[in-house]
Amino acid sequence: MKLLSLNALTVRRGECPVVDGVTLSVGPGECVGLIGPNGAGKTSLLRGALGLLPHEGTSNLSRMAPAARALQAAFLPQGHDIAWPVSVEVLVSLGRGPHLRNDKTDAAAVTRALARMGLESYRHRTATQLSGGEQARVLIARCLAQDTPLLLADEPVAGLDPEAQIKTMQVFEGLAREGRTVVASIHDLGLAARHCTRLVMLQQGRLVADGAPREVLTDENLAKVFGVRGYHAETEDGPVFLPMGVVR
Amino acid sequence: MSVFVPSSDLIRAAVLVLFGAGAAWAEAPVPGDPAQDAAPSRVVSINLCTDQLAMLLAAPGQLISVSHLALDPLSSSMVEQAAGYVQNRGGAEQVYLMHPDLVLAGTYTATATVELLTGLGVKVVQVPPADTLAQVVDQMRVVGAALGRHAEAEAMVTRFQSDLAALAVPGDKAPAAMYYPNGYTAGAGTLSDEILTLTGFHNVAGEAGLTGGGILPLERLVMAAPKMIVTSTPYPGQSRSEEILTHPALRAVRDKAARARMSDADWVCGTPYLLNAVRGMAEARRALESTQ
Amino acid sequence: MTRALFPLMAALVGLLFFASLLVGPAALGLGESLSALFRGEGGPVVLVMQEIRLPRAVLGLLVGAALGLSGAAMQGFLRNPLAEPGLVGVSSTAALGAVLALQSGVAAAFALALPLAALAGAGVSVLLILLLAGPRGGALSLILAGIAISALAGALTSLVLNLSPNPFAAMEIVYWMMGSLADRSMEHVWLAAPFMALGMAVLLATARNLDALTLGEDAAQSLGVDLNRLRLMVVLGTAAAVGASVAVAGAVGFVGLVIPHLLRPLVGGRPSLLLPASALGGAAMLLAADIAVRVIAPDQDLKLGVLTALVGAPFFLHLIWRLRGVEA
Repeated sequence: MKLLSLNALTVRRGECPVVDGVTLSVGPGECVGLIGPNGAGKTSLLRGALGLLPHEGTSNLSRMAPAARALQAAFLPQGHDIAWPVSVEVLVSLGRGPHLRNDKTDAAAVTRALARMGLESYRHRTATQLSGGEQARVLIARCLAQDTPLLLADEPVAGLDPEAQIKTMQVFEGLAREGRTVVASIHDLGLAARHCTRLVMLQQGRLVADGAPREVLTDENLAKVFGVRGYHAETEDGPVFLPMGVVR
Repeated sequence: MSVFVPSSDLIRAAVLVLFGAGAAWAEAPVPGDPAQDAAPSRVVSINLCTDQLAMLLAAPGQLISVSHLALDPLSSSMVEQAAGYVQNRGGAEQVYLMHPDLVLAGTYTATATVELLTGLGVKVVQVPPADTLAQVVDQMRVVGAALGRHAEAEAMVTRFQSDLAALAVPGDKAPAAMYYPNGYTAGAGTLSDEILTLTGFHNVAGEAGLTGGGILPLERLVMAAPKMIVTSTPYPGQSRSEEILTHPALRAVRDKAARARMSDADWVCGTPYLLNAVRGMAEARRALESTQ
Repeated sequence: MTRALFPLMAALVGLLFFASLLVGPAALGLGESLSALFRGEGGPVVLVMQEIRLPRAVLGLLVGAALGLSGAAMQGFLRNPLAEPGLVGVSSTAALGAVLALQSGVAAAFALALPLAALAGAGVSVLLILLLAGPRGGALSLILAGIAISALAGALTSLVLNLSPNPFAAMEIVYWMMGSLADRSMEHVWLAAPFMALGMAVLLATARNLDALTLGEDAAQSLGVDLNRLRLMVVLGTAAAVGASVAVAGAVGFVGLVIPHLLRPLVGGRPSLLLPASALGGAAMLLAADIAVRVIAPDQDLKLGVLTALVGAPFFLHLIWRLRGVEA
């Protein structure tokens, strides 16, 4: 069974395609990193897949009714958008919205999500008064509380400190081990290489590589897509990748 | 021609004139001494009340223009006669171009207009509004003198006074009230108040402490339970101000009151047509007597 | 705090409702006036209580609730604390609709035309505001659109009233811009109440979706919120509630701004709780303002909007001051 299934997905801004015929399918238990330079179409791909942007081609998610989709896929948009000064607990509980209301299971899901993101002590703080990184973690917790098989996240680790970045990626890995699936756009190729089970590389809206990190982050792809060369190593803590310099 | 009435003029004419505005205005001096001048031959009136007095008193051909309000059936008792004159809207430019040798105006006519006309060398006589029946008589004489028609004015005064005396209703006073849009009413010291008293009523607004025109809250009117309520005829087009006249509470009071009358153009100015208003009230008072 | 808030506010509204029944130019005894409310026969006191003060108090309650609730709902949808039916021109266009219905004679031909025309007027401007400003929370486009719509609607209202053959109509520009509950009757209540109730019910039904919108458009949609449907509900609900209010009471400003602003911290910022709280708060504010105009100037029809603006305008400036830092 595929959790995400895109067929020739094309999203246009005006005439110009920003996502150009992407075909992709993702099954359970994967932690997929969506990589590509600025403007490659990562955000548009995620939004188009969810049906938030008009598109050509098909996406299994955009075909669903909004209420059903919300039980299938959670989405973490870019930026830390919190309009009102609600408490962390209330904000995370918004993730329970799509579910039939049940105070007991809702409270348990919120507590689980807060614990997973290490936010127990923040429960009664006002979300808008937290630092940017803290807000980002709270918003991820909201997605976890939604308790869906699939999580689409747009730059979830941008702006986090190294500890929070690693912890967040570990949470995603944990979700994948539980049989859930995470598709996250990530700029930090090192984090992507270490924590993702699979990378999808985009360039100018086209899918240029899809596979295990080591197969995607080849010197050729890096030079062609990012204009950088990188350093690879296998350590006992897992693979290491570091961009070393520009090639053009 | 449909009569379009800008609010400023009408409020001056229908509201302020109707309710009067206190002694200071009434006693304002009348400029000029018409007795020393030759009778004017081109007279323009720019005030609803002087329009009507001038039409009644002027020699044929002497009056050349009246205000457009004289054509409004809700304000003027002389719509038919007024149709025979040129209408003016009271603007200095329009009036001046008629080359008048006398302009009749109210004391509430825009002072800028009056000053401008006077500055241009046109003689303007300003007639104060009548707040009492005695001032009605004064008004007749002032307009008569301005037109050089003393004899006609005295005849009008004599007839007015004798008719008025014949219409008085002696005896017990029944509670009555004038009630107008926005809860406006006529208190003590107004022409309406004097008409009510003359025709055997006492004015509940005057007793509520109101002097001159003012607002009587609907609640107070209901509590006073008047036997007679005089309201105004609604204008075309709706206004929230007039909604109060159809308020269920007022309807209930009117249903209980023996009589409810409409005030009309005859109430507005101190002319002999005022006698029609007085006659109507006197008849209503007698009818009230017979139903009790 | 939140738990005690609703009973406390309901009690306050009840208290102000009774106070509103007891305040008036005619001095009536407490027991006498309250018993007159329930007596059948029609003495003067019964008439004053049942036909003059009761409709005024009921309309104060309903209009206040409608304005408070609409303000909270618009703020929730636009994600902007400056949204307010009066400030963004919704009340002005509702007034324009009402004035057109009255002056064209349609309202005299069939009574429902008045609230329906006001509703249509309000609907057009809410829709415009929602499309121009949208739920991205930008204050600038909201305020600019509001200024343009208010100015246009105000000018057209004045034009219609000035052209009316009725001399009193021109004097009523102030009423339509400032609002008043003086001398309203039960007929006005029956005319407006169904629309207000319907509008408020629709707005209250948006509660959960407005909560989700706290996270932004994309996140809300991914949580299953149908934005188009939500927009439609906010437009129709606000139009019905504000339109019917304005049709019978004129445009009273700032209630929908001040009340949600004051209550937001007390409900922990949640739009869903802010909706019912603002309905209660709006009712309390309008009843209090209507009591105040009768106490300050018993024999004059002091306009409600004068008082609400005196309280509300400084709030508005304060809010702009605070947002200035965020957006700059």
